[in-house]
Order: sequence, then C-alpha cells, then structure tokens
Amino acid sequence: MKAGTKFTLGAVLIVGSVGYLMASGIKQTGQYFLTPSELAQRVSADPSFYDLGLKVGARVVPGTVTKETATQTLRFHITDGTVNYPVIFKGLPPDTFTDSVEVVVEGRLQKDGVIHATNVLAKCGSRYEAVPKA
Amino acid sequence: MSLLGSLSLWLALLVGLWGAITGFVGGAQQRPDLQQSARNATFALFGALLVAVISLELAIFRHDFSLQYVAGRTSRNLPTFYLWSALYSGQEGSLLFWAAVLSLFGALTQLFTSRRHRAYLPYVAAITSLVATFFVSVMLFAPANPFQRAAFTPLDGAGMNPQLQNPGMVFHPPMLYLGYISITIPFAFAMAALLTKKLDADWLVAVRKWTIVSWLFLSIGLLIGMWWAYVELGWGGYWAWDPVENAALLPWLVMTAFLHSVMVQEKRGMLKKWNLALVLGAWLLSIFGTFLTRSGVIASVHSFTQSPVGFFFLAFLVVAAIACAIVYINRLPLLEAEANLESVVSREASFLFNNLLLIGLAFSVLWGTLYPIISEWVQGVKVTYGPPTFNYVNIPLGLVLLLLTGIGPLIAWRRASTANLRRQFAVPVTVGVFMLLILLVAGMRELGALLAFTIGAFVFGTVFQEFARGARARHRQYGESTGFAVLQLLSRNRRRYGGYIVHIAIVLLFVGFAGMAFKTETEATLRPGESAELKGSDGHLYTFTHLGISQYNALNRQVTAALLDVRRDGKDIGRLRTEKRQHVDALGNPTFEPSTEVGIMSGLRVDLYVVLAGLVNGTEQAVFRFTINPLVWWVWFGGFVLVIGGLIVLWPGGVVVAVKGSKGSTVQAGYAVKLEAER
Repeated sequence: MKAGTKFTLGAVLIVGSVGYLMASGIKQTGQYFLTPSELAQRVSADPSFYDLGLKVGARVVPGTVTKETATQTLRFHITDGTVNYPVIFKGLPPDTFTDSVEVVVEGRLQKDGVIHATNVLAKCGSRYEAVPKA
Repeated sequence: MSLLGSLSLWLALLVGLWGAITGFVGGAQQRPDLQQSARNATFALFGALLVAVISLELAIFRHDFSLQYVAGRTSRNLPTFYLWSALYSGQEGSLLFWAAVLSLFGALTQLFTSRRHRAYLPYVAAITSLVATFFVSVMLFAPANPFQRAAFTPLDGAGMNPQLQNPGMVFHPPMLYLGYISITIPFAFAMAALLTKKLDADWLVAVRKWTIVSWLFLSIGLLIGMWWAYVELGWGGYWAWDPVENAALLPWLVMTAFLHSVMVQEKRGMLKKWNLALVLGAWLLSIFGTFLTRSGVIASVHSFTQSPVGFFFLAFLVVAAIACAIVYINRLPLLEAEANLESVVSREASFLFNNLLLIGLAFSVLWGTLYPIISEWVQGVKVTYGPPTFNYVNIPLGLVLLLLTGIGPLIAWRRASTANLRRQFAVPVTVGVFMLLILLVAGMRELGALLAFTIGAFVFGTVFQEFARGARARHRQYGESTGFAVLQLLSRNRRRYGGYIVHIAIVLLFVGFAGMAFKTETEATLRPGESAELKGSDGHLYTFTHLGISQYNALNRQVTAALLDVRRDGKDIGRLRTEKRQHVDALGNPTFEPSTEVGIMSGLRVDLYVVLAGLVNGTEQAVFRFTINPLVWWVWFGGFVLVIGGLIVLWPGGVVVAVKGSKGSTVQAGYAVKLEAER
C-alpha cells in the first residue's frame, strides 16, 4: 500500500471517530431545551416525555420563590407568559438568582407536574452591566 | 473629554480608511509614496485611538457620570484598581480597547519587521488598518460609542458588577484580548503573502513568530480566565464549555495545529495550502468568537447586552470570509507541495494526524457551541450540547492528542526504520507502562484518568529522553556538565526544547484535568460549633467546623464572613474563610445581587473549596458547600510552565533554522540570527 493511501485511511479513521463521538454524544447526553409552552405541547403529544433530562428556559414568576435554608430547598414557578410550571430544586442557587430573573432550569419533569431541577442557572441579559433600576 | 474622545474616534476612522486605501493601492502599484503614507497612517491611527483611550480613562477616573458608559459601569466608591478595568468591562469600552490594541500591534509590526519582510508591509498596514477601522466604525455607527452622553448626569454611577471585581478580571480580559487581537497580525502577513504572491519560506517565519505571540497571550488569557472562574464563580470548577470559553479555545486549537504543521512546511515543503488555511481560519474564528460574545445569539454567562453590534460583526465576518476565500482560491496554484508523504511512520505523518485531531477537536467544539441553533433549524427543537456531551466527545480526542504529543518527537522525518522506532520508544513506553502498573496496584479504576496518567508518563518519558540525549551529546562533544548542557540546549535551540517544555506543561494540565474525575462534594447546614466531614480522594478525612459569622462594612460592600476550622484526620491544618458580599453604593443602598467569595485551601494533592451559601433566617446557622478538588494546583502550575516554555520559544536570538525554499534550495530563516552559534 502506498503511504498516501495509508495516510488517507488514518485520516478517515480520525474524522470518522470525531463524527461518531459527536453523534453518539448528542444521543446519550444531549438535552432538550424548551420553553414551558413547548414542554406542555410535547408532554400532551407524547406522555413518555416525563422523566426525561431536559432544560427549560423561562422567567421566574415574581412572588413564588420560597427558600427553606435548613433543607436547602428552593421552590418557585417558571413561566413564558402562557404556561406555568412549578420547580423544586435542592441545592444552592447561583448568586444572580432572584425573583423574576430569567433562568434555565435543568432537570426532569415528573408525573406530578413538577420539574425536579438538578441545576438552576440564572441568566441576566446584561450580566456585566448594572441592573437598570425599574 | 467626551468631545475630544469622539473627535479622535472620527479621526481614527478617516486615518484608518486612508491607511487601508494607500496600503492596498501602494502595494498593488508598487508606489513608494503611498506605501510610506500607509505606514504613517498606522502610527497616526494608534495615536488617535490612544487619545480616545486616555480620554475615556480620564473620564472614568474623574467620575464623569455625564458619559453613559462611565455612569453605567463605575461608581464613586469603586476601588481604584477596578477603575482601570472599567475601560474594557463593557461593550463600548472593550471595542475601543480592542481597536486601540490592534492599532498598537499594527504600528509595532511596521516598526519591528525585519528588512527581509519589507515587501509585505504595505498590505499588512492596509489589513491591520482596515480591521481596526471596522471596530471604530462599530463604535460610531452601531452605535456603541463609549463617549455617548447620558440624558442626565446622575450623582453616582451604577457601579461595577461584583463578579468583575476580582484581580483575575483585571488581567484576564486584556490578556485574552491581546491574544485575540494579535491573531490579526499573522493573518495580515498571510494575506499580504497571498496578495504579493511572495509565498516563499520567508513569510512563514514572520507569520510563525506572530502566531506564537498570539498563541501565548491567548493561553495566558484562557488560564487566567479559568482561574477567575474557579476562585470567583464558586461552582467548584474552572471550565464549563461556555460558548465564550469555546470561542477563545477555537483559535487556540487552530493556532496550535499551525505551529506544528508549519514545521512540516519548513522541513519538507509540504502542507502549504493547509497552513495558509489554518492562519486564515484562526483569524476568522476570532471574529466569529467576537460575534458570538457580542450578539446574544447564544446564551452565555459572558454575553453582553443584545445589540445591533452583533449584526455588524456578522456582516464583517461574511465579507471577510468571502474575501479570504477569493484570494486564497486564486493563489492555490502557487501553493503546490514540493514533496510527497513517503511513509505513514514519519514525523510529518504524525504531525498531520495531530493536525487532524486538533481541527477535529475545534470542529466538535464549534459544532457543540452552535448545536442549539443548528438543532432548532433542523429539528425545530433546541437540543443543548452541554458539558457532558463536550466531555464525552473531547476527552477521548484529547487523550489521543496527548499520545501524539509523545509520539511525534520520537519518529524520524521522512521514514522511520524499525530499529529507529525500537531505540526511540523503549524508554518512554516503559515509563508509561510502569505508571499504569503503579496506578492499578494503587487501586485506581477510572478509565479516563488511568489513560491520562499513563499517556502523561509516556510523554514525560519522551521529553526526558530528548533532553537526556541532547545533554549527553553536548557532554561528549564539549565536555559540559549535565546541568549546563541542558541550559545550553534550551538557549541554543529554543524552539525545539522550549516546545518540549510546553509538552510537559500539557501533561501537567491533563493531570490536573484528570484529577477532577475524583472530586468529592457535600452540602451542610451548620450552627457555630457544628462540623461537617468529607472524605477526599487523597484518602484523608477532612473535618470542617463552623466557628461563627462576622458581619461588617468594607469600602463598597457589606460582608458576611464565615470562619471554619479545618482538620485533616483530626489534626488542625488551618482555617478557611468564605464570604457573602452585598455591594452597595455610596449611600449604602444595595447594588447588584449578593456575590460569593470562595474559601480555598490549595495543596499539591487536593484543594479544599468552601462556599457560604447563606444564613438561615439571619442567624449564625449557615449553609455551606464543601468540595474537595484533587490536583487543581497542577493546572495552574502547568499553565505557568506553559508560559515559560512559550517564552523560551519566543525569546529572540538562537540558532539559524534551515528552511526549505521554494525551489528546493535551502535558505536561512530563523530568529534574529547569531551566526557564531554552533558554527
């Protein structure tokens, strides 16, 4: 076999494994990123959508946040204006988490209709700029 | 001040345009007068932008809150240290900083490029001026003018985000910017070479040196950024595959590929098309990264406010990519290889595989960063490509790459014989296998970490063997002592041995990364006097005792600090302190959300990492998160070694490097050449 052919084989092997890793990585670890409305739609269309790893991007409903510091449990509701989901999260919320902030909730929607979050990320549109005074 | 600043921006725009036009026309028509004018324009451009930067800094230091930028990002009680960094802590200011630094690089290039590369300079002036002018035009027309006046002048500014009030934040953005911005210089030389059709070995030297410069700055910026994330953000890690981290990693990977494949072109006259594509690609990726950061297309912790600035960058990116493609395709016939691959078992083949892996890594990172958008287009639903996916894909690729780090230097150019392979591989492979056995006996079963440590030992063996052989040869030839011979190796052949030091640094970094596989974590709510226990992967049991809470006011913040007593297996090893900080304005009103100061006790084996999450109903009962991160220290140490290695490579002086010229002739092309060396 010529060196060029052998090299091509090696190259195909590398490119192939990169592609394979990317495809199977997404299959095994990718998560849906939905708004509450999209999530509601999916769940009503396909009941097996419960208990599936996903991320939901929404706004915290003001006044719904309750913190139990002793058990480190955080409960709040998220909404995109139309659909509202309760969230329960055990752990430490990020510093930027407040009432009415935009959040990305990572977790699973259980049959009880509550999103059991494993992670809550607070998103601040102008993170590095001062919060405009409302 | 705002008037002077605005005026100098407009002046910069005109001068920049003039520089671009005279550079291109002067280069194309070979007119010395225009070429000289383009050269002068780069100096004038720098002057104008320097005046703008000074105006903005003066406004910041004088608390001139009539400027929107100053009012929005600083306050009267902001520590002086952070007033400096306010220059680039917001969108508008960072654009100005960017343009100014680029114009500085542009001017320095004109001043310090050696006589041999003079022919490229008009085009280099044109391209640096053009890119800097683009940034100026974004400020003026997007608009993102840092000298924009506010509708009214507030008594005090809004203050700086507390997360930016960290020493890392004063150094991390400029370093990253320096790396990011300086990529424009090798790009400008590459384009100049394409435009002048002077694609001989000469331009390669100019491009290579500048690539190492920006590679080094980018490395430092990435490392400080990791350190900042680790000590400031409080989530216990240093790399989260955030889109902006990725944006900086992409050009770094591509430049790393270039720094390797350029050797193949020097030694064998191959890979010319590939190398040029890498330089152009690295620059396009840097603009793409800027677009990502500033457009808000992709959610990221770093994102600036959504603004029309993103559109400007996208348009610029598209135009630049098309322009690059046209010039590149046009010159392809001039880029034919002078030799063919002779064997797969050769240095050049191993470099090619290394390049493929680096580009594969870059591609997977790019793909992952864009995946939420791509999947939304294709499947109609956003699927995220989170850290687990990145790790799943990139850890195996990274490990194979690490393996090649050790293999490459061991294989001969052109074609390696079996005897040669046996002689070269015996020691490093033994070292690797030895390491594997030790770890297995010690009971380590984590596959990724086992591979990382084993391959790391192999690479270490390779580098050690290279130094040992070089030193022995010098010892035999010149009778130098071993230590002196090693120093001589480093100073005589900086590129090669400095490169090996960088390889050692990469091993250290991988050791640190692998350590994260063994981190342990717990959360606890403690009253003063109560303790939490956590077993570290170093086999010790750590006990954290809550000693109490203190609250006080500092310059611009109210601090709630918790003090913890730390014991290892019952023996006192010190105290940790972690804080919640509420930043306030001059009147004591809270600004921003409270932020966390992490308590870290760093060691060679483990880092103890404590975060104060909050107090229970204002009592002294507090919630803590304890993390024991193994081997993190080695990441910072590896970073330090990497910078040292990079500096050794970059240090001027050294020995002539022979480069294969265009017609098979060998020309001299190295660092500022000292002929008395090794003659």
